[in-house]
Amino acid sequence: MKRFYMLLVAVAVIGGGALWYGSQRPAAPPAPSAPLPVAAAEAFHGYTLGSDSAPIEVTEYSDFECPFCASFATVQMPVIREQLIATGKLRWRFRDFPLPSHKYSRYAAMAAQCAGEQGKFWEMHDQLFNNHQWAQTGKNPRSLFRDFGRAIGLDLDKYDACMDGQRYAARLEASVQEGEALGVRGTPSFFVNGRPYTGRGTSDDFKALADSLTKKHK
Amino acid sequence: MIRRQAIVLLALVGLLVATYLWLYKIGMLGELQCGTGSCEYVQTSRFAELFGIPVAFYGVVGYAGLLGLGLAGLQPRFAANRRVGALLATLATAGFAFTLYLTAIELFVLHALCRWCVVSAVIMTAIWVLSIVGLRHPPSMAR
Repeated sequence: MKRFYMLLVAVAVIGGGALWYGSQRPAAPPAPSAPLPVAAAEAFHGYTLGSDSAPIEVTEYSDFECPFCASFATVQMPVIREQLIATGKLRWRFRDFPLPSHKYSRYAAMAAQCAGEQGKFWEMHDQLFNNHQWAQTGKNPRSLFRDFGRAIGLDLDKYDACMDGQRYAARLEASVQEGEALGVRGTPSFFVNGRPYTGRGTSDDFKALADSLTKKHK
Repeated sequence: MIRRQAIVLLALVGLLVATYLWLYKIGMLGELQCGTGSCEYVQTSRFAELFGIPVAFYGVVGYAGLLGLGLAGLQPRFAANRRVGALLATLATAGFAFTLYLTAIELFVLHALCRWCVVSAVIMTAIWVLSIVGLRHPPSMAR
């Protein structure tokens, strides 16, 4: 019996030590999951904003957990929407590029896609970027994202079913693969009419670019 | 007596696994060491909480209860006590039923398996089998 208790104490000490050690270590980036078949992505090429007849299309590869993407979405994008997209000069295409170093970016991208299924992609996009504190806490954002969904009027049962079934996992993977094939290495990355954009990514730069491209078209 | 020892040892390992998942859930662990499983996906799904409490915490409480009861059952004065055996079997049955529910959610709703949940399910199943067998063949005397 004494040996049994010694074994018990040994297991408790080793297991408890491993848990303590794990809680002290900084979070390492999660291993990328196995790629899903691109064919399942039903040739989806991202949600767009703006007129189909706009002469210029900007494609943005973005990550919802990336602070630069959040800064761009909250500072530059409102001006771009108002002055370039709403005026028909530009069409904006959003592509997901969740970086493997970000713990919940793929989950956030899935939330936006599941909102998109109910016609509220951009509303969820705005919620995720405007309330970006979730990306700094490192805590599970599931209930917060549901709150975002509730705030924008999603049917939460449908949203939950979509999230639980990982309905758009293949779509997200396809977006990442397409981005990689185009040479995207970080976020946000932009392409203007299919060509890589290397400017500063400010609304002023996009305005100047739109003006110069529009003149060429005329 | 060997069966109760096995229950105690299994409950301790189960307690460690449940604590690991619970610590992750409350944000004290950065990531789950899961290999190719879908631990994070399962743990971030809405089924990872029940009545606002992480499912893993129910596991911590359940395994702690089994561990405490098992240790009590190893004491000479309780070794032949049928009540301890019955309590163990009751708690293990509740744990096993909960495990079946969670495994069904993983398999048929989430279509994803969390390896640590599988480990816990195997442990709980083993405890349940041992406790039921122990109920039918209680230890007669403490040695």
